[in-house]
Amino acid sequence: MGIISRGFGGRRRESIPGLPPGQYLTHDFPVLSAGPTPRIPLDRWSFTITTETGAKSSWNWTEFTALTSEDVTVDIHCVTKWSKLGSTWRGVSLDTLLAEVDTAADYTMVHSFGGYTTNVPLEDLLDSKAWIAYKFDGEDLEPEHGGPARMLIPHLYFWKSAKWVNGLTLMNEDEPGFWEAAGYHMYGDPWLEQRYQGD
Amino acid sequence: MNPLDGNAMAGDLRELFTVDVTAARYTCAGCGHADAVATLILWGQEMGQVGRCPHCTDVVVRVVQAPDRVFLDLRGSVRLELPLAGS
Repeated sequence: MGIISRGFGGRRRESIPGLPPGQYLTHDFPVLSAGPTPRIPLDRWSFTITTETGAKSSWNWTEFTALTSEDVTVDIHCVTKWSKLGSTWRGVSLDTLLAEVDTAADYTMVHSFGGYTTNVPLEDLLDSKAWIAYKFDGEDLEPEHGGPARMLIPHLYFWKSAKWVNGLTLMNEDEPGFWEAAGYHMYGDPWLEQRYQGD
Repeated sequence: MNPLDGNAMAGDLRELFTVDVTAARYTCAGCGHADAVATLILWGQEMGQVGRCPHCTDVVVRVVQAPDRVFLDLRGSVRLELPLAGS
C-alpha cells in the first residue's frame, strides 16, 4: 500500500495569501519599458481629463499636489508573472480628480508622456480603487518607475497602471490601448488570469 | 533598460514567417522613413517586442508572444517589403 505524501512537490503558490494564480513573489521592483524614459520637468507637467463632449479639466503640478492625497498599501501584479505585496504609495484618488467632471461615459483611455495608452472602464477608477501616485516607499517616484506621477490601479494587471501619466479621456465605447491593441486583454483581471485576448 | 536593434526580433518573427523578416524593408507610418527591419530600435521586454523607427521613434512593429499564439501589430508600418527567395 502506497503512502501519498502531500506537499512533497513544494510550496504551492495558492498557499500564499494575496498571490493570484500563475504569479510568483518578488521583493524587487522590475522595470519594463516599451520606449525611452521621458524626463518631465515639473513646471511642464500637467494632467488633463477630457470628457466625451470635449470639456477639459486640467491640473498643473502645484495644483495637483495641493489636492488631498492618500497613503495606500497595495499588492501589485505584473502580467509577466511577478507580484509585489504590500507596496506603499502616496497619490491623489481618481475619485477626487473625477468629482467635478460631468460625464455619462463608461470607458476611459489613460494617456502618458511618450505616447503610451491603456484603456480602463470608468467604474474601475472610482470608489477608492485607483490613484495617481507620485511617491513610492516614501520617496518621490523615480522616472524609471513612472515619475513624476503614474497611474496606480492595483486590482488590474500593472500594465494598466500607466507610467508618466498626463491625461484621461472619457469614451462612450471601449477602445484598445498600446498593449491591448497588440494582443493583451482588454480588462486584465489578475485573479482571472486575463493576460491575452480571449483569456 | 537599454534598447537593442531589430536583429534581436529575428527569433520571434521566425515563428510567423518563413523568410528572415529582419531583412525586409519597412516604411514608417509616422514619418515615411524606410529601411531594413534590422535597423529598428528595439525595446525588447517581457511583455513584448516594440520596434521603433530610428528616425522619429514612433512604434513601427509590436510582437507579443502568448503561450499558444504570437500577435504581430504592424499599424505603425505603411508596408513591409520582403525579398523573395532566390531573387
